[in-house]
Amino acid sequence: MRKLILFVLSNVLALYSTTGLSQEPVRIVFMDPLSGPFASIGNSGLKQIQFAADYLFNSNGGILGGRMIEIVPLDNKQSPTESQLQFARAVSEGLQIIFQGNSSAVANALSATISRHNRRNPGQKVIQINYSAVDPALTEDQCSFWHFRFDAHANMKLNILTDYIALNDDIKSMYIIGQDYSFGQAVSDTSIRLLKEKRPDIEIVGNEFHPIGQVQDFTPYVTKIVASGADAIITGNFGADMVALARSIIDSGLDIPIYTFYAAYDGITATLGADGKNKIRLIHNETSNPIPTEVRKNFIREYKRRNPNSDVTQPRITNALSMVVAAMEETQSTDPYDIALALEDMRFTTLSGEEIWMRGSDHQIFQSLHVSVHTDEGVEFDADNSGFGLLSEYHVPAEETIVESSCRMRRPRL
Amino acid sequence: MLEVFIFATLNGLVMGLLLFMMASGLTLIFSMMGVLNFAHASFYMLGAYFAYSISLRTGFWMGLLIAPVIVGILGALIERYGLRRVHQSGHVAELVFTFGLAFLIEESVQFFWGRDTKPYRQPEALSDPLFTLFGQDFPEYRAFMIFISIAIFIALYRVLTRSRVGIIIQAAITHPKTVSNLGHNVPLIFMGVFGVGTALAGLAGVIAGPILTTFPGMAVVMGSIVFVIVVIGGLGSLTGAFIASLLIGLLQSYAIASDVGMPDLLNLLGLEFDQGHPLKDLWTLTLPQIAPILPFLLLVLVLIFRPTGLMGKREE
Repeated sequence: MRKLILFVLSNVLALYSTTGLSQEPVRIVFMDPLSGPFASIGNSGLKQIQFAADYLFNSNGGILGGRMIEIVPLDNKQSPTESQLQFARAVSEGLQIIFQGNSSAVANALSATISRHNRRNPGQKVIQINYSAVDPALTEDQCSFWHFRFDAHANMKLNILTDYIALNDDIKSMYIIGQDYSFGQAVSDTSIRLLKEKRPDIEIVGNEFHPIGQVQDFTPYVTKIVASGADAIITGNFGADMVALARSIIDSGLDIPIYTFYAAYDGITATLGADGKNKIRLIHNETSNPIPTEVRKNFIREYKRRNPNSDVTQPRITNALSMVVAAMEETQSTDPYDIALALEDMRFTTLSGEEIWMRGSDHQIFQSLHVSVHTDEGVEFDADNSGFGLLSEYHVPAEETIVESSCRMRRPRL
Repeated sequence: MLEVFIFATLNGLVMGLLLFMMASGLTLIFSMMGVLNFAHASFYMLGAYFAYSISLRTGFWMGLLIAPVIVGILGALIERYGLRRVHQSGHVAELVFTFGLAFLIEESVQFFWGRDTKPYRQPEALSDPLFTLFGQDFPEYRAFMIFISIAIFIALYRVLTRSRVGIIIQAAITHPKTVSNLGHNVPLIFMGVFGVGTALAGLAGVIAGPILTTFPGMAVVMGSIVFVIVVIGGLGSLTGAFIASLLIGLLQSYAIASDVGMPDLLNLLGLEFDQGHPLKDLWTLTLPQIAPILPFLLLVLVLIFRPTGLMGKREE
């Protein structure tokens, strides 16, 4: 209890000491689930953005000639409705930069709200920094001038993942299983389409949907996978659904590769442990191992020192924050319109020493993508302190990830 | 097809028996107090988390022994100092009390253990396959789960119907005043039953944790299905709970394993709809897709056609 009080006190003091400086802080909203069933991932993201702001900028004298970055956490419980309320709150407090990542449903709702708000309140614009919601529509049919995405979208990722699968001649049949909602269905539809183009000989022997967060035991599904004789599995599952599915597959003695999006960190790596070795593969940006530069290694080491039980799970949060800051420095302004213009077609060198590109026509980031395997060999930075982590084994440079977009952006008239 | 059938049966059995371990405690507590314990699944979650923490220090087996005892004592204390006081204010107050308790336990678990999935593992000794059939392993651990659950059912049944304690409990449930007049301490009996009921839920958590994953949402996922079982089996009936548990375990397992759906039915009827049909989603629905909601469908049907449940005695 005393620890808790000290913790709260020190935070309050820290807050005062930063706001007490002569210059106004630059306040950035971090809106994600901080309570409820998806809180684990939201809180982990919050820690990462706070650390990035502190380590990269505040401890080096701030930005824009001495202003500190202050992260304002707002809890949207991963619900579009709650997000509207939190958005109204952010606006009433004069906050103009919103980071959000979890759930494409929330990102879509927020994007629509922000476009409308900015049209009606020209003097009080807001910009949306989407660091993780991967529904392609956000930078295609539904694209908005005020929305920027710093993660590869689902189709880009699947394009690379299926390229990688196509290289493996041992795979003759594929089983697709996913959560029964927009993302799970998108993964299924796109995988089937792409596999048919790239490897017509691969037979899709199963295409299964299950209710999201409702299945206690995946063994009955695994029985079907075994009976189908599949050589590999693709799944877009996340959270508990991902762990339970992988565990059931492993317990059944089924020794085939599982291709995933989200099967690492936040307890998942530790839970799979030695049983998942060399079976689980992920598609993602920014390698976990090997880390290419000493700068990023130091960044991770310092993060681990301050948060021993947490990992840098989403380096793209750091990239997004750094690019927004670069845009502010370039224009010497914190106005969302200026930031947006500066972000368009910005080329930025990340901590990994890689140049990434924010395409101006649809506000989609392009950077190298990697397929990694769950293993304990050659892993310098593990996940969940388990000794296991991700080792990248297939790299695709940014130029090869570029896809066309159907975005026809409505630009604001001033 | 045979292989799918055999494994579906085995999986259904494992799941059904696990559900029974929780439903037995819940139905006992209901017949005693006349109130559904909304926090029952939370004790299941506590069992898993306690066992996880203990297993980190002393291994799985100590967790199996100690965790249910801790959960049982906790349950008994909650009955003694919480529920018993609330009881005087009537059933609604009790219901609200257990409802609040469920939230409290869930938040406490997140506070102490964090929100991540916990790497709670089955013991090394049981991590090999028991047998391999048609290329699929049946893990020893699942056989162990079946064994424990059946042992619990037999023990519980014998204690309740054959032993002196069991007779007193049964009497206390139906005629508390008479039993009290005969010199038995009825509140103590209630506390004991509540403790044993929660300990059973804890035990279910201990053995389910390693295969159904240990995370803060596990109580919510399990909670609703256990209520369904208790209602379908007939509130207060142990045999009913046993039958309903197996029924639902097998029903879900078979439904997932099956490959039929609306398209097959339409083929049979010789009907066909084009892709643009407004009810396309309905016409393409398959049985595996709706498997997890089948128990609730069954619940509605049972309540319509047999409101007392399969083995329920109450006709009020």
